[in-house]
Amino acid sequence: MTSLDSVPRVRRGVRCTYDKTRDSDVVLFPEGVLLLNETAAAVVSRCDGAASIGDIALALADEFEGVQPDDVIEVVDRLVARRVVDVD
Amino acid sequence: MTEAPLGLLAELTHRCPLHCPYCSNPIELVQRADELDTATWQRVFDEGRELGVLQVHLSGGEPLARPDLPQLLAHASGLGCYTNLVTSGLGLTAERLADLVERGLDHVQLSVQDSDPGNANLIAGVKGYDRKLAAAALIKDAELPLTVNAVLHKANLDNIGGIIELAERMGADRLELANTQYYGWALRNRAALLPTREQLAAAGPVVQQAKQRLDGRMEIVYVVADYHEANPKPCMYGWGARQLTVAPNGDVLPCPAASVITTLPVQNVRRSSLAEIWYDSETFNAYRGTEWMREPCRSCPRKEIDFGGCRCQAFQLTGDAAATDPVCTLSPDHGLVQDILGAEIIPVRPELAMRRSV
Repeated sequence: MTSLDSVPRVRRGVRCTYDKTRDSDVVLFPEGVLLLNETAAAVVSRCDGAASIGDIALALADEFEGVQPDDVIEVVDRLVARRVVDVD
Repeated sequence: MTEAPLGLLAELTHRCPLHCPYCSNPIELVQRADELDTATWQRVFDEGRELGVLQVHLSGGEPLARPDLPQLLAHASGLGCYTNLVTSGLGLTAERLADLVERGLDHVQLSVQDSDPGNANLIAGVKGYDRKLAAAALIKDAELPLTVNAVLHKANLDNIGGIIELAERMGADRLELANTQYYGWALRNRAALLPTREQLAAAGPVVQQAKQRLDGRMEIVYVVADYHEANPKPCMYGWGARQLTVAPNGDVLPCPAASVITTLPVQNVRRSSLAEIWYDSETFNAYRGTEWMREPCRSCPRKEIDFGGCRCQAFQLTGDAAATDPVCTLSPDHGLVQDILGAEIIPVRPELAMRRSV
């Protein structure tokens, strides 16, 4: 179960990049491609296996107005479902 | 509005040390002399990336048969594309793999034919089983993510539990268990490959239990046997929707099998740009979206789910690529599939026609 204490990490074989054709951040992984909005891209870039979801939410609160910890949990859950991120 | 493609399947060559009788390459294999050269493949990748391609699947045949594979991979990776090597594993050495990793290889898909060594070698038409185990070990040593792909059919479906265990032993992150789809070589060998209902019914629970047991460790993707299903597969997620295939000679196709649809003109990278082919060609626009559909597809609530099934299958079985995939129970031609299942699922397995160049 994902909580504020969970520590997400981008899975092996997953690559994050910017796609100028679609003007969007994307994650590339064996199964496919995921287009990310700005917040999701900011979350993925912080899934380093060290920061907890709580840490990430704090960091994002400085950068994006109105981002709540629950929003970060939801983004991480979606990334876990797509096998982009693992949670310890 | 037509969206940009995400993936490019680059069939670098049709040459292959294996002779699998279900090979997805066409019956008429492209000869070496007709293969695109290094510079043309690099231009194709440039045009693909410009068009929006983010994943390049370096496939074949056996892509390791191309001496310029490292340059081609480096080029695709350098453009920012995710690179996937689709290989039999034969010809892979620690040195070659280290070089490919150095040049940006992201992922490897390794084929296996069966968990039983003798049967695996029989299906591949070559003694490759041990070499595949060695290849898997090299891939894991290089810490690359590994997908194992096994094509399922009458002669190996009963070993599905063993195939899952083999993929575990290989350290696979993903396992694709794909029932044979009947095009090209597999169509020619259909009567020898079609599994029985009993075989499929026995395989289902084995896959389900393995999925639960391996949850979080190894992902299992099970591709169903569509002749036995009530609904057709959402082939390629729609014609010209997400991916394109470039054959060794530069022919550009909506899917690897699409050259069977002889009523469509053939596009080629030597004559047109990928963007022209993707957006403007008659071939890529022929079955895009849902406008081309007739009944029963046109008013079907599943038309955005399965897109009327597979155009190649419709053409192969009915002679009309715009027909509903006859696999669908709503198709007026569904009797064709029933007849095939009735006539071809027989206790005696006919001789396999192994894949060969002419």
